[in-house]
Amino acid sequence: MNCAAIKQKLAASGAESVIETEYARKGFALDVQVAPEHLVAAVSVLDAEGFFIEAVTGVDWLGEQAALRKETEAKAAAEAKVKAEAAAAAGEEAPAVAVHAEQGELPEDVLEAVYDFNHYEYLCRVTIRTRMVRSKPEVPTISQIYPGANWHERETHDFFGIIFVGHPYLVPLLLPEDADYHPLLKDFRP
Amino acid sequence: MSAFAESEAKETFVLNLGPQHPATHGVLRVKLTMDGEYIVEAEPVLGYIHRMHEKMGENRTWAQFLPNTGRMDYLHALAFNHGYVSVVERAAGIEVPERAEYLRVITSELNRVSSHLLWFGAFILDLGGFSPLLYAFDDREHILDLLESVTGSRLTYCYFRFGGVYNDIDGDFVVGARAFIKRLRGRMPMYHNLVTKNIILMKRLREVGPISAEMCRKYGATGPVCRGSGINFDVRKHEPYSIYPEMDFEVPVYEQCDSMARYMVRMDEIEQSLRIVEQALDKLPEGPVMADKVPKIIKPPKGDYYHAVETARGSFGVRVVSDGSNTPYRLKLRSPTYSNLSLYGEACQGMLLPDALALMGSLDLVIPEIDR
Repeated sequence: MNCAAIKQKLAASGAESVIETEYARKGFALDVQVAPEHLVAAVSVLDAEGFFIEAVTGVDWLGEQAALRKETEAKAAAEAKVKAEAAAAAGEEAPAVAVHAEQGELPEDVLEAVYDFNHYEYLCRVTIRTRMVRSKPEVPTISQIYPGANWHERETHDFFGIIFVGHPYLVPLLLPEDADYHPLLKDFRP
Repeated sequence: MSAFAESEAKETFVLNLGPQHPATHGVLRVKLTMDGEYIVEAEPVLGYIHRMHEKMGENRTWAQFLPNTGRMDYLHALAFNHGYVSVVERAAGIEVPERAEYLRVITSELNRVSSHLLWFGAFILDLGGFSPLLYAFDDREHILDLLESVTGSRLTYCYFRFGGVYNDIDGDFVVGARAFIKRLRGRMPMYHNLVTKNIILMKRLREVGPISAEMCRKYGATGPVCRGSGINFDVRKHEPYSIYPEMDFEVPVYEQCDSMARYMVRMDEIEQSLRIVEQALDKLPEGPVMADKVPKIIKPPKGDYYHAVETARGSFGVRVVSDGSNTPYRLKLRSPTYSNLSLYGEACQGMLLPDALALMGSLDLVIPEIDR
């Protein structure tokens, strides 16, 4: 079994995208994006192939949507400028371009849960990511597949407030038992 | 079969072990539900020395986080140094001179020996034998002196830099290291005669605290814990980094899955580490110990990067997410003992309390690294 075969199986399990990354530059071989409802299927594929769990963690992408919009706007503005200059050079009147085309509500920012897997026998690090909106950070637990995920999920719940649905014991692990804050959220203020 | 397994539990009581208990090597608390002398359920309670290193990482520049790495696993600090500098070097594309890589491996392997020696002493102390600790600390002292001469500190090392190491070794270090290797090789037979072949130790460890290979996989156990369960997994061989591919060494693997197997793995690793140091000293090339063009302000390109190293306790991985600025966007520290301890609750069910403490000792816990 090798990474290419794992890639096929993961893609068949309902993953949104399976990208083979450049190992020497990134340090992991497969970058898998799945929707929360397909997470358990993807993890089961790895379990059947004999992978072991390295870690579960999260990333808070607060401000990503605003940054993305800013980027698209800057790009649109740059294109409009190029067009206007081209038109001016040709002696025509500049075409009217709406630069601030979309001013609607920004889509909600997301939290990402990241799962790292590795294999004892051959080198194939697999990273599974799943994204959920910040207002409803829910993702199914994988602790029934990997009991080791139990602690990792509790830790991720401590730090990010991600709720692992179906987790048998989702109480603070590293933070105090009465902690009601999530320190790794980007809008956390102590 | 234990008496516990035969009769149905009628009455249980809760026994609180720690957080201040000599057998837990630091502030670990274990909530035990006992049926007489037998453990029904064990729940480790963590967080007593939690410092939120991952948040600290987001609040300081890439270089400013370096000293933090030596304060997690204080027994094998140089490997934690190594893991962090390697991931940043990978992210920022910094080349490291060959001599620096050699120095990293030499110091890091000496540090591994010192970690195993301390574990050896403390483990035997857990089992009730006092004097081996004194012998082990005597040997460890030599390593601390050697490392102090080159790194400037004795425990919480911060010796590696992005692009190399901060100080070159001198002739005294080479002479001292060779003398130490000779000395420790002369001492190992004594350790084996005094401790390994001791009938009391054998009775305490053999066929006690079984951890199956499947359990290792389900919990993500690495290092001597998985190698004592017949899994040949060592990051230095599995995912070679630094100059380890050029070194000739073996990975000790024992199939017995008991506490004795984990004990033997570490004792054999001491010799393998000495072999690596010896070869590295022989092959040590001349040259600079720092890369020329390391930018003062490091800004790795956007994206996430991973790098793992083999510490004395297993695979330590760092995942960094960079947003292209001079501070990490996210810094995940995957510490080996965290995963190794997570199987404890399952492994010690139905065990006698003293055996469970022997199992805990054989996991080689370093609490600041678990809690981070």
